Amino acid sequence: MGKIWRVSGPLVIGEDMKGAQVYEVVEIGSDRLIGEVIGLEEDKAIIQVHEDTQGLKVGEEVKGTGTILTAELGPGLLGSIYDGLQKSLTVLLENSPFIERGAKAFALPRDKKWHFTPTVKVGDAVSEGDVIGTVPETHLVEHRIMVPAGMKGVIKKIAEGDYTVVEAVALLEEDGGGEKELIMMQKWPVRKPRPYKRRFAASKLLITGMRILDYMFPLALGGKAAIPGGFGTGKTVALQQLARWAETQINIYVGCGERGNEMADVLHSFKKLKDPKTGRLLLEKEIFIANTSNMPVVAREASIFVGITMAEYFRDMGYDVLLVCDSTSRWAEAMREIGGRLEEIPGEEGFPAYLGSRLASFYERSGLVECLGSPERSGSVTVTGAVSPPGADFSEPVTQNTLRIVDAFFALDTTLANKRHFPAINWLTSYSLYVDGVKDWWSEISPQWEATRATALKLLQQEAELEEIVRLVGPEALPESDKLILTVTRMIREDFLMQSAYNEVDTYCVPLKAQLMLQTINRFYELAQKMLDSGISTAEIRTSPIIPRISRMKNIPNDEAKERIKELWSEMEASLVPQRGGVV
Amino acid sequence: MTLDSLYVKETKAISRTKGSLLVAESIPGVQFNEMVDVRLATGEIRRGQAIDISKEATIIQVFGGVSEVDLVASRVRCKGETLKLPVAKDILGRIFNGLGDPIDGGPAIIPEDYLDVNGGLVNPAGREPPAEFIETGISAIDGLNALVRGQKLPIFSGSGLPHNRIVAQIIRQASVKKTEEQFAIVFGAIGISYDDADFFMQNLEQTGARERTVAFINTASDPVIERISTPRLALTAGEYLAWKEGMHVLVILTDITNYCEALRELSAMREEIPSRRGYPGYMYTDLATMYERAGRITGKEGSVTVMPILTMPDDDITHPIPDLTGYITEGQIVLSRELERKGVYPPIDVFLSLSRMMKEGIGAGKTREDHNNVFMQLYAAYAEGCNLREISTIIGAEALGERDRVYLNVADRFEKEFISQGEVTKRRVEDTLDIGWALFSALPEEDLKLISEELIKKYLPKYAREA
Ligand SMILES: Nc1ncnc2c1ncn2[C@@H]1O[C@H](COP(=O)(O)OP(=O)(O)OP(=O)(O)O)[C@@H](O)[C@H]1O
Ligand SMILES: [Mg+2]
Repeated sequence: MGKIWRVSGPLVIGEDMKGAQVYEVVEIGSDRLIGEVIGLEEDKAIIQVHEDTQGLKVGEEVKGTGTILTAELGPGLLGSIYDGLQKSLTVLLENSPFIERGAKAFALPRDKKWHFTPTVKVGDAVSEGDVIGTVPETHLVEHRIMVPAGMKGVIKKIAEGDYTVVEAVALLEEDGGGEKELIMMQKWPVRKPRPYKRRFAASKLLITGMRILDYMFPLALGGKAAIPGGFGTGKTVALQQLARWAETQINIYVGCGERGNEMADVLHSFKKLKDPKTGRLLLEKEIFIANTSNMPVVAREASIFVGITMAEYFRDMGYDVLLVCDSTSRWAEAMREIGGRLEEIPGEEGFPAYLGSRLASFYERSGLVECLGSPERSGSVTVTGAVSPPGADFSEPVTQNTLRIVDAFFALDTTLANKRHFPAINWLTSYSLYVDGVKDWWSEISPQWEATRATALKLLQQEAELEEIVRLVGPEALPESDKLILTVTRMIREDFLMQSAYNEVDTYCVPLKAQLMLQTINRFYELAQKMLDSGISTAEIRTSPIIPRISRMKNIPNDEAKERIKELWSEMEASLVPQRGGVV
Repeated sequence: MTLDSLYVKETKAISRTKGSLLVAESIPGVQFNEMVDVRLATGEIRRGQAIDISKEATIIQVFGGVSEVDLVASRVRCKGETLKLPVAKDILGRIFNGLGDPIDGGPAIIPEDYLDVNGGLVNPAGREPPAEFIETGISAIDGLNALVRGQKLPIFSGSGLPHNRIVAQIIRQASVKKTEEQFAIVFGAIGISYDDADFFMQNLEQTGARERTVAFINTASDPVIERISTPRLALTAGEYLAWKEGMHVLVILTDITNYCEALRELSAMREEIPSRRGYPGYMYTDLATMYERAGRITGKEGSVTVMPILTMPDDDITHPIPDLTGYITEGQIVLSRELERKGVYPPIDVFLSLSRMMKEGIGAGKTREDHNNVFMQLYAAYAEGCNLREISTIIGAEALGERDRVYLNVADRFEKEFISQGEVTKRRVEDTLDIGWALFSALPEEDLKLISEELIKKYLPKYAREA
C-alpha cells in the first residue's frame, strides 16, 4: 500500500497511505513488523510499531491489512503464554530462546483437534451469543462455542467429533439469506468491549484466600480494584496470589512491562500448583500475557486490551473471570512515550490528556453481566490492576486517575514492607466499596462477620492514635487498658493480617478460618480485659503461653481449622482467668 | 582497493548541528539506528548513529561530540550495520573503552562473531527461574537478602559510602556450592574516576580474577556520550560468555547515576519532553533493556548476574535513578550513612534492602532449613528494637519496660554482631544463621512466633546444647 517516509523510535510515518484507516493494522518492511495506524494526515499515516524498529529503512513497504487489531478467541487459549500481541510464546520458543524480530505465531494452534459436542440441532433458530456446542478444553473448563456477534439464522448442519478451530462445525442459514459456516475460532477487535444483555451490581464475594482482602476489604465478582505501591511493596506477589487462589473459573495474568524472571517464576510455579478444590493443575484455568519491560513499548498498550478481550470472551460463556494486570503504570508510560513522539500537548507529568479516559476504558470492561444468547447465563470480569507510582507518591497522575475509577483500593505501604509485614496493605488507608454488597454473602459463613470486622478495625484505629502518644511519653506511661489494646492490635496485625505467600499452609486461607482466627483474638481481648480488671497486669498477661498458640493458628490447615481452633478456645477459656479476690 | 570503497552510502550534505546531533540530508538506504562514520576535514573519524531517518533528513548522534564538524568538508558514511561488539573467548583478561576498542595495548580481537550491543530478546517462556544461592560471605546479604545466579541486584549507595569496597569483597568471596563451573566477571565502568576504576582493576589483580575479567572502561574524562554504549558492551560481552561459552558471569556496572545523567543530557539535546526531574520519560524502559539482560535460559549452561552500583543523589531513594532501578531490579542492597557513622561495616540498611529472588535460593538442601524462619524473626525483632530506639531517644531508655529494653539491646547487638563483620571476614551462611540464633537467645522464647517449634527445639542454643 505505502512506503516508509520516516522512522523515529517506535514511530513510523508512512506515505502514499491513502485509504488507510485509523487503528488499521499494517505490516512494515521485509520482516513484516506489526504496526497500527494511529493518525492520518493527507496521504501520510502515523504508525505505532509493536516491534523493534531497528534496521528499518526509508522507502520500505508498508502494507495495510484492512483489519484492526483483533484477538483470536476459541479453544486453545487456556494454559497459553502470549506476548502483548497474542503471539504464542510457547510456539516461538520452538526455534530459539530468543524472540526474532517479526516472528509470527498464531494464538490458537491450527492443527490441534478438539472434541466438539453440539448443544443445538438442525432446524434450531440461533442468534449471537447462543451456545451451539461445547469442547472439554481442560478438565477444569468446558469451552462453550457461541454464535459470533451479529449473526442470526437457522442451523442447517451441525457436526459432532474432532475438529480444529478453523474447520466448520456448523452451517448456518442466515436470516437475510445465504449460508455461513461456523468455526470454533472467533476474532474480536481488542479495543472494542464485547456486548452483553445487561449489567448487575456486584454483590458476590470473590474469595481470594487473602485474609486482609476477604475479611477487611472484600473484592466482589465483577468488581474493579487497584493495588498501588512503591517498588518492592508486594504488588506482584499479591497479584500472583490472586491469580493462583481466587475462586474464579478463569484467571488471566497480564504482565505488562515488568520483569522476565518474575514471569519465569509465575510460569514455573503454575506448572506445579494445584487447584485446592479439584486437585487439578491451576494451569488449566489460566492464561498468561508476558510482555516484559525489555519488550517493545508499544505492545504494552495492546497487551491490556488483548487480555481484557479474552476475559470478556470467557465471561460471555457464563464464567467468572479474574484479570490481574502488573502494572498499569507501565501501560500508561507507553502511552506517554507515544504521545511525546507525536508532539501532542502533554497533560500532567507528560502523560497524555486522555490518560484518565483510557484507564477508564480498561477498568470499565469489568462487571457482572447477563450474557447474550441462550441458555440464560451470567458471567463476570473482575479486574485488579497494580499501579507503580514514582517515588511511592500516590499523588501522581496514574494513581489519582485510577482512584477515580476503581471501587476497591489496596494501598501498599513502604514502611510496612520494609519491616517485612506482608501483605503490606495499609489497613487505615485502604477501602472497598463492596463491603455492603457482600454482607449477605458473609453472614452465611458467619453472622458475626460485620461486628468482628468492625471491632478489629476500630482497635487498629485506636492503635494508630496510641502510637502517637507512645512516641511522646513512652509505652510504660500508658494506662493498663491501653497497653492491653496495643497487645491485642499487635496480635491482629501479626497473627491475622500478616500472611506469608510463601508458607505452604498460610498462602491460602478460607473465609471460615479467617473468621475463626479473628474471633479468637477478639475473645482473647475480652478475657484479658477481665483479667486486667481483676488486677493482673498486661505484662503478666503477655507471658501467657496461649499467645504463641494463637499466633500459630495460621499454620493450621484449612480443613482442620474448625476443630483445632475450637480446641484452642476451650484451652484459652481455661487458662485466661481473672485472679481470685481481684476486683471484678 | 581502499577500505573506503566498502562503504556503500555516503553524504556531504550536512545542513545543521545541534548539541551532539548532526542533521544531514536524507541518505537513501540508511537503516534506523545504523552506525555511521563522520569524517572531519582533518581526516579524523568520529562514530555516530542514525537516530531519526526520513525522506527529508537523517539525524545523527555523534559519539565524541560535534566540535570541529563543519558543514562543508565533513562527510557522513554509513557502515551498513547497527552497533556491534566483536567477540571471542580472548576478550577475557582484556580492557576496552566505551566503544569496544582495546585500550590495554594488546592486539585487536580476532572476532568469532559480531553481536548487536542491544542483545537478543529472551522469550519470557524460555527463562529459567534463578535459584542457585551465591554465598557472598556477608551476613547482611546471605542471611537476609540472599543473591542468586541470574538475579539483578543493585547497590544503592551515597557519595562517600564504601560501595566499591563491598563489591570488591563480594568479588573476592563469592562462591557457589558447586565449584567446578566456570565463572567470569565483566566490569563496566561508566564515568567513574580513574582512581575508582583502578581500585577495581587492582583488586581483581590481587584476587587472581584478572584473567577471568573483561573490562569496559569509560572514566569521568572520557566522552559522555560513550556512557550510553559502555554498559551495553559490558552486557553483550557477559551474554556472549554466558550463552555461548556456558560461563557464570557477574556483570558489575558502576556508576548507573552517571549513565542516567548522560541519558538526560542526550534527551535534552534531542529536545524531548522531559519527565520527572528532567530525565526522559523512557528511562524506565531504557534501564530495563539493560537490567533485564540478567537471567538464566532453560537448556543453557551459563548465567548472567548483574550488580549495578548507583549513588543516590542527596541520599534520596525516591530520586528517579534509584526509584526506576528499584522498579526493574530484583531487589536492592541499600547502604546507610547512619550505620557508616556508627562504624558498622558493611553499613547495609536491611529494612530498605531486599532480595526478591531469595526464597528460591534458600532453605533445606540449599542453605539450611531454618533460613527462612530466622530471616523473618530477625526482621521482626530488629524492627521492634529500632522502633523502641526511636521512642527512647525522646523519653530515654530508662522509661522503657524490661521487655522493651531487651529488644533495644538486641537491636544494638544485631548491628554490631550480625551486620558488622569487617572487610576481610568471610562468614559461611551457617555461621550467619547461628549468629541469628545467638541473638534469639536473648529474647523471651514465647516471642519467637515466626519460627516453628520444631526448629526452636533444634537450633535455639539452650536446646541445641542439650541435644
Ligand atoms: N504476601 C507476601 N508474603 C511474603 N513475602 C511477600 C509478600 N508480599 C511481598 N513479599 C516480599 O516482598 C518482595 C517484593 O514484592 P513484589 O515483588 O510483589 O513487589 P512489587 O510491589 O511488585 O514491586 P515492583 O513494583 O518493583 O515490581 C517479594 O519478593 C517478597 O519477598
Ligand atoms: Mg512487581
